[in-house]
Amino acid sequence: MNNSKGDRMLLLINNVLLGIIVLVVLAPLLYVLLASFLQPNVLISKGFSFNATDWTLEGYKRIFSDGTILRGFFNSLLYATTFTIVTVTVSVLAGYSLSNDDLVGKKAFMIFFLITMFFNGGLIPTYLVIRDLGMLNTIWAIVLPNAISVWFIILARTYFKAIPKELKEAARIDGASEFGIFLKIILPLSKPIIFVLALYAFIGQWNAYFDAMIYLDDRELFPLQLVLRSILIQNEVQPGMISDQLAMAELQKISEMIKYSSIVIASLPLLIMYPFFQKYFEKGVMVGSLK
Amino acid sequence: MKPKRNLVSKLKHQIDYIKKNYILYLLIAPAIILTIIFKYIPMYGATIAFKDFSPMRGIMGSEWVGFKHFTTFLESPNFLNIFMNTLKLSSFELLIGFPIPIILALMLNQLRRAKVKKNIQLVLYAPHFISVVVVSGMVFLFLSPAGPINAILTIFMDKPVSFMSNPDSFRSIYILSGVWQGAGWASIIYVAALANVDPQLHDAATVDGASLLQRIWHIDIPTLKPVMAVLFILAAGGIMAIGFEKAYLLQTSMNIPTSEIIPTYVYKRGLLAGDYSFATAVGIFNAIINVFLLLFVNQVVKKLNEGEGLL
Repeated sequence: MNNSKGDRMLLLINNVLLGIIVLVVLAPLLYVLLASFLQPNVLISKGFSFNATDWTLEGYKRIFSDGTILRGFFNSLLYATTFTIVTVTVSVLAGYSLSNDDLVGKKAFMIFFLITMFFNGGLIPTYLVIRDLGMLNTIWAIVLPNAISVWFIILARTYFKAIPKELKEAARIDGASEFGIFLKIILPLSKPIIFVLALYAFIGQWNAYFDAMIYLDDRELFPLQLVLRSILIQNEVQPGMISDQLAMAELQKISEMIKYSSIVIASLPLLIMYPFFQKYFEKGVMVGSLK
Repeated sequence: MKPKRNLVSKLKHQIDYIKKNYILYLLIAPAIILTIIFKYIPMYGATIAFKDFSPMRGIMGSEWVGFKHFTTFLESPNFLNIFMNTLKLSSFELLIGFPIPIILALMLNQLRRAKVKKNIQLVLYAPHFISVVVVSGMVFLFLSPAGPINAILTIFMDKPVSFMSNPDSFRSIYILSGVWQGAGWASIIYVAALANVDPQLHDAATVDGASLLQRIWHIDIPTLKPVMAVLFILAAGGIMAIGFEKAYLLQTSMNIPTSEIIPTYVYKRGLLAGDYSFATAVGIFNAIINVFLLLFVNQVVKKLNEGEGLL
């Protein structure tokens, strides 16, 4: 294409700016990664170091010698997996039901769900319900209240609607039951949407801390994000991480290292995995915007 | 007689449908039950804002007190401060956070090589997958007096700035860290919309002598307008429902003068101090303002967007 001189100049500026933006986004992540392997403050005083004595695995050693972060990791895995199974199942079932155009009461059901997008009882009344159900300090307080996602139901419904009706008709003529049709014909065709919903659900729950903070008191039950909050925000270093008698200044330095290492341990798994799933996320956004 | 007969036969038809397709109703039942328990019962529970809730008597048994808790809040000395903090934090966030993803998408759209574009997007989306706890933790680490930002600043200044204990910097920290984490991901929907622009439009405009800026202004931006309108209404409607989770994490005892917003106040007064009725009233006050904002912004956008709004 014949771009004018001004246009080419503009494109150049655009590319340079994008380069700077990429650096700004990347720099903090790289800094954390390096800082987790370097002796405290080496990065600040010397910059990147080639000196072998400046490198250490002390932060990671301390994290693994204490069970708190690992336990949080497995708690999160349990919560996120259970949540994903429950919310995807409920949304797909409801979405399929609502995708039937002739469903009697379809409109009423939709209004029933949509109202909850605009109105809710608020923090305290929801807390009271969960408390009265005896769900405090159980996994159910994390899994059930958020299992209903109107957005997920709409995504699933939109997907099911796009499946040609003739498929169902043909199966019906062959004598399949409604449930049989759902199980044998619809579900196998729905792997992409189930995958997208599962990804969204899992990552959302993995990164959540707020519900756990409200509904769980027992430290044994804390998910990873809540353990991280105590380390990163409240500056509570877990007892098993620093058992030896250390001078105050030394203690400060080590807790700094532990912070950087725990950020890496908590974030790296998702950051490594997400590029493989990127196209599915984009698909999810597209289906959602078509609504 | 005829209309009645129609109604009866319609009803009969519907009952037949339900009987024949009862399985469809079984499939939707779990969603309905969960919604009733965790969404509708709490909505009923919100009536405690108009009662003096006593745990012994429960929601139903507690005594009605009308608007007592609302007036207590409105007349309390810190009302104006908390209210303005909420409004300022979220409207500044909207003003800065809303246009950046659009600009980013327009910039990305100029990249010719698909592979380069993919890789840049890969980097820009990454912070979205980091939890808000970790991002807040990074903010504390980077901005601490001994942290890297101060290491750079002390080249120009004599002593480090303690950002996290300074009320004046709370809003900038909150908004900028939010932009860092979310702008890339938020651009995804605009990038998708721009991918639908017919390349022939651009070619034709170029032949007619339109410059790049002119083409962006007359082709790309009008394409994005409907998406922008919807997202803006949704964002503005959520102004008072601002991301409480990060504000709470970034709050320190020193930056309270600017960091205390209605949701953090509700949490502290309600769950930490056990003031259930009062905190619920504050929450309802917040929600009502939100609905008004949503309606107001919808009207404004309708005017600007040739009658197309969300509602």
